[in-house]
Amino acid sequence: MTGLTLLIPVALGLGLLGLFAFQWALRSGQFDDLDGAALRILIDEDEDEAGAAADSATAGEQS
Amino acid sequence: MTAPFPPPGESAACGETRLAVPGMRCAGCIAKIESGLAVLDGVVSARVDFTAKQVRLVHRPDLEPPAIVDALSALGFDAHVLVTPLTIVDDSAEQRRLLSALGVAAFAAMNIMLLSVSVWSGAAGGNRAMFHWLSAAIAIPTVIWSGRPFFGSAWRALRHGRTNMDVPISIGVSLATAMSLYETVTGGEHAWFDGAVMLLFFLLGGRVLDAMMRGRARQGALALMQASASGANVIDAAGIGHWVRAEEIQPGARMLVAAGERIAADGILESGACRIDRSMMTGEAVPVTMAVGDELLAGMLNLDGPIIIVANRVGEDRAIAGLARAMQDAGQHRSRYVRIADRAAKLYAPAVHTLAAASFIGWMIAGAGVHQSLLIAIAVLIITCPCALGLAVPVAQVVASGALMRAGVLVKDGSALERLASASRVVFDKTGTVTLGRMVPIAIDRLDRRQQSLALALAQASAHPLSRGLAAALRAMGVAPATLHDISEVAGQGMCGHDGAATVRLGRPSGSSDGGTAVALTIGNEPPTLIAMADVLRPDAAAALARLRQMGMESMLLSGDNEAGVAPIARALAITAVSAARPEEKLALIQNMSAAGDRVLMVGDGLNDGPALAAAHVSMAPSSASDVGQQAADLVFMGDSLLSVPRAVMAARRTMRVVKQNMALAIGYNIIAVPLAIAGLATPLIAAVAMSLSSLIVVGNSLRLIRATSGVAR
Repeated sequence: MTGLTLLIPVALGLGLLGLFAFQWALRSGQFDDLDGAALRILIDEDEDEAGAAADSATAGEQS
Repeated sequence: MTAPFPPPGESAACGETRLAVPGMRCAGCIAKIESGLAVLDGVVSARVDFTAKQVRLVHRPDLEPPAIVDALSALGFDAHVLVTPLTIVDDSAEQRRLLSALGVAAFAAMNIMLLSVSVWSGAAGGNRAMFHWLSAAIAIPTVIWSGRPFFGSAWRALRHGRTNMDVPISIGVSLATAMSLYETVTGGEHAWFDGAVMLLFFLLGGRVLDAMMRGRARQGALALMQASASGANVIDAAGIGHWVRAEEIQPGARMLVAAGERIAADGILESGACRIDRSMMTGEAVPVTMAVGDELLAGMLNLDGPIIIVANRVGEDRAIAGLARAMQDAGQHRSRYVRIADRAAKLYAPAVHTLAAASFIGWMIAGAGVHQSLLIAIAVLIITCPCALGLAVPVAQVVASGALMRAGVLVKDGSALERLASASRVVFDKTGTVTLGRMVPIAIDRLDRRQQSLALALAQASAHPLSRGLAAALRAMGVAPATLHDISEVAGQGMCGHDGAATVRLGRPSGSSDGGTAVALTIGNEPPTLIAMADVLRPDAAAALARLRQMGMESMLLSGDNEAGVAPIARALAITAVSAARPEEKLALIQNMSAAGDRVLMVGDGLNDGPALAAAHVSMAPSSASDVGQQAADLVFMGDSLLSVPRAVMAARRTMRVVKQNMALAIGYNIIAVPLAIAGLATPLIAAVAMSLSSLIVVGNSLRLIRATSGVAR
C-alpha cells in the first residue's frame, strides 16, 4: 500500500510530463512541417567543411 | 521580364512574406533555399515549410517581394507571393486544437489503462475503489476537454434534425462516463472509464488525419495558384503607369498590357494591333488577331505587345465574374453530397440505439432489475460505438491521398476520392486539357544545327509564350544556344541579335495578317525560315483514354473551339466531340448528363470550363489550368501526362474498396461482440481488447493502400 502511494503519483507525474512536453512541442510548431522535418536531417549543416574534406579526399586519390 | 507585381506595401509593412515554391523536392532544395535567402540583404530569417511547399520570410520592410522572387529564381526556383495566407492560419489552428485534444486523450487513456489493468488482475476492496476514483479524476476532465469536437458536431446535427457518426459516439461516451461515475460512487465492480477514453483517443486519431489531409490539400492547391495576374498597369493622365489591383480598376482606365500578360478587366483595344490567346475564355487553340476597337475580355492572354486597353466593364461586371457566379451556383450540389461515413451512420445510429433499448427492456422483463439492465444496455452502447467505423474512412483516404500527392495528384476535397470512385464517364475539355495548352514548334528538325542554336539564343531571352515554347523544345533536343551580342526585344516584332556582322531576327512573320501561329527566323539577308507552332496533344492522351475505356468509362470531348480545331483531335483520339460550346452550354450538357443518371468526371482547365467543373459529379484540372479552373476542380494533377486521370480514378476505386472492407470488418466485429454484450457477458476488459483490436485491424488494412496506390501511380 505504501508502495502505491509513491508509485501512482510517480506514474501520473511522468505521464503529465510527457503530456506537457507534447503540448509544448505542438505550440512551438514542431508538428507543422512533418515532411520537412524528415528531410532536414539529411542537410549537411557545415557544407563548406564537408565539401573541402571531400575535395581533399578525391585529390588524395588522384595523386 | 515585364511581369509586374502587386505593390509591396501591405505585405512588406509587417515584415513577413509567404511565398509558394512548388518546385522544391528534396533536402537539397530546403538547404539551397534557406541558405540562399539568408544571405540576401534585409532578410532576418527564412524558413521552408516543405509540407506546404512554402517559404516564410521575415525581412526588413524595405526588401520588396519582387526582389525575393528574383532571388529565388536565381536559385532555380519558380516562386510566387501568397497574398492571402489567412486560410492557412485557420487550418493549422484547427489541426493544432485536434492534436492537443488527441494528446490529452492519449495521456488519459494510458494512465487509466494502467489502473484498469490492476483492477482486472484482481485489485479489490479499498484499492479498487481508489483506482476507480483516480480513473474518474482523470477521465471526466478528459472526456469534457477531448470530447468537444464530437459533442459539438453531434449537437449541430441533432439541432438540424439529422444524425451523423458523432451522435452515437457522444451518447455512448457520455453515458459510459456517467454510469462509471455512478458505479464508482456506489462501490460497484465495473467502471468503463478506460473504454470511454480509449474510444475518444481512436476517434480523435481519425479526426486529426482527416484535418491533416484537408489542410495539406488546400495548401498545396493554394501554392499552385498564381497571385500575379490579379491587376493591371494603369496609365494616368500624366502618362505614368501605376500598378492597380483588378478589383480597383475603374471604368475608363487605360491599361497597358505587355506581351505575355493576362488582361485584368474587359475593355476596348485603343492602340496596338495584337494576337490574343483566348483559349482560357473560349477554348480556341489558335490565337486571333485583334484590331483597334475590338473588345477584349479579362483573362485573355496578350501574345504581342504592348497594347493599351480602355476598361469598360470592371470588377463584378466582367465576363469572368459572370462565369464565377455561374460556377458558384453550379457547385451548390457539392455541399449536399453525403459522405459514405455519414450514410453509414444514418443506418448505424438508429440500429445501435434500438439494440441498446431492446436489451434494457429484455433484461427488465427477464427480471434483472433496473441497475443490472442499465449496465448491460450501456455495455451494448460502448461495444457498438463506431470506433473502427470512425477510423475506416479517414485512414484509408489519408493514406491514398498522400500516395497520390507524391505521384503528382492533389486531392483538394475530402469527399473527392469517394466521388471519383463512383464516376461513370469522362468529359474532357480540349485546349489545355487533352492538348498541352501551350505552343510547341512542329517539325523543328527541318531546321539545321546553326538555325536551331541561333533560334534558341534569341528565344531563351524572351518571356513571350511562343519564345518560351520554342526554347523549351530546342533545349529538350539538346541544342546549345549560339553566342549572340546585342540581343534586344522589339515589342510586337520579336527578338533581334547579332552574330558577328549578320543580324538575326526571330519574330512574327512579316506580311502575315492572319492569326496563324508561326515565327520567322531571319539570318542576315537569307530568306526567312518559318517555324510553325501549334498546340499539340498531351504525350499519352490516347493511352489515357484507352485505359479509361478499359476501366469502363467512356470519354467525350467538349470544347469551345470551332469544328476545324476539334475534329482532328477527336479523330486522333477516336472519341465523340461537341465543338463551339459556350460556357453555359458546357454547363447545360453536364447537367443534362447528370440528370440522365451519369456521374460525370469533368476534366478541364479554362475559365470557360469553371461552371462545368463545378457542376460535374467530380472534376479534375491540370496544374497549368487557370486559377478558376483549379479552384473549381476537386483534384489537380501536375505534369504533362494525361495518364494521371486514369491513375487517380484507379487509386480512388482502390481506396473505396478498402473503405468498404474496413466497414465490413467493423461490422463483423460487432456481430461477434454485440451478442456477448446483450448476453451480459461483456466486461470492460473484453470491450477494451475488442475495441483496440478492431481499430488496429482497420488501420493495418488501410496501410496496404500505400503500396497499392504508389504502384498504380507509377
